[in-house]
Amino acid sequence: MKAIDIGTAPGRPLGGIRTKQALLRKMVSFILRLLNTAGLLLLILIFAMPFVWMLSTSLKTLPETMIFPPEWIPHHPVWSNYIDAWQTGPFLHYLTNSVIISVSILILQMLTIIPASYAFARYKFIGSGFLFGVVMVTLMIPNQLIFLPVYLELSAFKLLNTHLGLILPFASSAFGIFLLRQAFRQISDELLEAARLDQAAEWKIIVRIMVPMVKPVLVTFALFSFIAHWNDYFWPLVMTTNEVARTLPIGIAKIREVEGVGTWNILMAGNVILVAPILVAFFLSQRHIIKAFVYNGVK
Amino acid sequence: MTVWHKLRPYSMVAPAIIIFSLFFIYPIFYMIYLSMFDWNFVSPTKAFVGIQNFVDLLSEPEFRQVLSNTTLYTLLTVTLTTGLSLLLALWLNRGNFFYGIVQGAIFSPHIISLVSISLLWSWLMDPEYGLLNWVIGLFGFAKLQWLSHPSTSLISLVIVAVWKGIGYNTLVFIAGLQSIPADIYEAASLDRSRPWTTFTKLIMPMLSPTIFFLVIINMIGSFQVFETIAIMTQGGPVNSTNTLVYYIYEYGFRFFKIGYASAAGVILLFIVGILTIIYFKLLSNRVHYR
Repeated sequence: MKAIDIGTAPGRPLGGIRTKQALLRKMVSFILRLLNTAGLLLLILIFAMPFVWMLSTSLKTLPETMIFPPEWIPHHPVWSNYIDAWQTGPFLHYLTNSVIISVSILILQMLTIIPASYAFARYKFIGSGFLFGVVMVTLMIPNQLIFLPVYLELSAFKLLNTHLGLILPFASSAFGIFLLRQAFRQISDELLEAARLDQAAEWKIIVRIMVPMVKPVLVTFALFSFIAHWNDYFWPLVMTTNEVARTLPIGIAKIREVEGVGTWNILMAGNVILVAPILVAFFLSQRHIIKAFVYNGVK
Repeated sequence: MTVWHKLRPYSMVAPAIIIFSLFFIYPIFYMIYLSMFDWNFVSPTKAFVGIQNFVDLLSEPEFRQVLSNTTLYTLLTVTLTTGLSLLLALWLNRGNFFYGIVQGAIFSPHIISLVSISLLWSWLMDPEYGLLNWVIGLFGFAKLQWLSHPSTSLISLVIVAVWKGIGYNTLVFIAGLQSIPADIYEAASLDRSRPWTTFTKLIMPMLSPTIFFLVIINMIGSFQVFETIAIMTQGGPVNSTNTLVYYIYEYGFRFFKIGYASAAGVILLFIVGILTIIYFKLLSNRVHYR
């Protein structure tokens, strides 16, 4: 195979030509580097611009939002948009609900997935294949697919419009069990045997030795789960008909109903309230969060 | 002691299995059961109608459009997301600080609530004062109606989905590229293999499990798109963005045709089920790559 690209051409031209070629090569690589940097900046722009635009709109007056071509910097930042957005509904209540529900789900998931994944990884028992099959089927069923029967079920249990109704269906996680089982499997047997020789109780071994060893996976899963439920719009929308258990995303989406279509400045202020904490947390712990989400794609 | 030893694993998996059975396994069967009845949610009796709901659904033009909307949305979203993110991954697969920032930037929409993204993009796509019309205006294009016109509404939703999904896909691809052993690249460069040949003969086959994974995950996700539609278009204009989950939601919660909505749910379950089976078949075939 003959190399065509300039970088690896094995020619041995004489003096003058050689320097000319070298110069050309330098220029080409300079232009390529320039294009590359420009492309990277464009990428950042495509993803950052909407957020900057959101922030800019959130500080405008209503007439300022209706200027075309748009202006990026509002003349007199209208901070009261945030107060207006906050007052369109019981936002403190929504916030409390979001915290209660996301945190409860996380705690319950930890309590259910750690023992289950440990048992699947470390014990042989009759029916384990079938029971793990149940986990796998659950892993494959998106909950947007079965919301209707679950709604009827929760309605029969009198759990609609309650926190419990938004928590219980997610009290365990098939994805978490799947992830954690892999991690428990990778721990060497010798460690376990040594602990058993010390006559330590099995639950102590699990809590004191095994769980700390899978801590990175647990942190990964916790981030994944918390963000997913904090952001969830579908489930609280479908399972609530009044304000009792509604969460932040529902509140933000409702601003439009309260303020009317077209009040983009108030809407974007509400949006900043919802997005900013997550974005800040993301850029502070970017590497961990990315790992949390990409993990299931690779392992 | 020995009895406890035998029972211990069961007691450890029981809480999780009970939750799954109650909220995932049982509802599937319940939905299949409901799909064979005519029921309005309040009436004390359910009338058995057999497969009539399915027959009605499939012969109804509105539902057929819903199916074709969902399929078109899925095909476009999956192709664009997977294809573009593969290209981005090949480009951005570098370790330095600047590339890290770019990776972070394209990933950021993934962790943001779909509510925020939908509201933000509704505003960006505003036909009168939206930023997007300004941007395309810079390139000399006339203002578009985006979500407000049936000819552009579905593709507008695809754009939002690609924008949200591309970062995650790219990073999964990058992780896949990095799991390819370095000596394979070295061997290729020693052989003076051309970049294109290296890509098609080496990288693509090594990456194929990742590609399958992403295509299936994206497909399953796209088939159940709901949030963007509920917030940005409500299925309109003229039914042009009505998709399966939104349809089920409307028929269940607005028109109270539980049996009908359940039948649509069973059809969606069927589609997702087939995709899952295909995925696992491909997964079991991929063993020889590793």
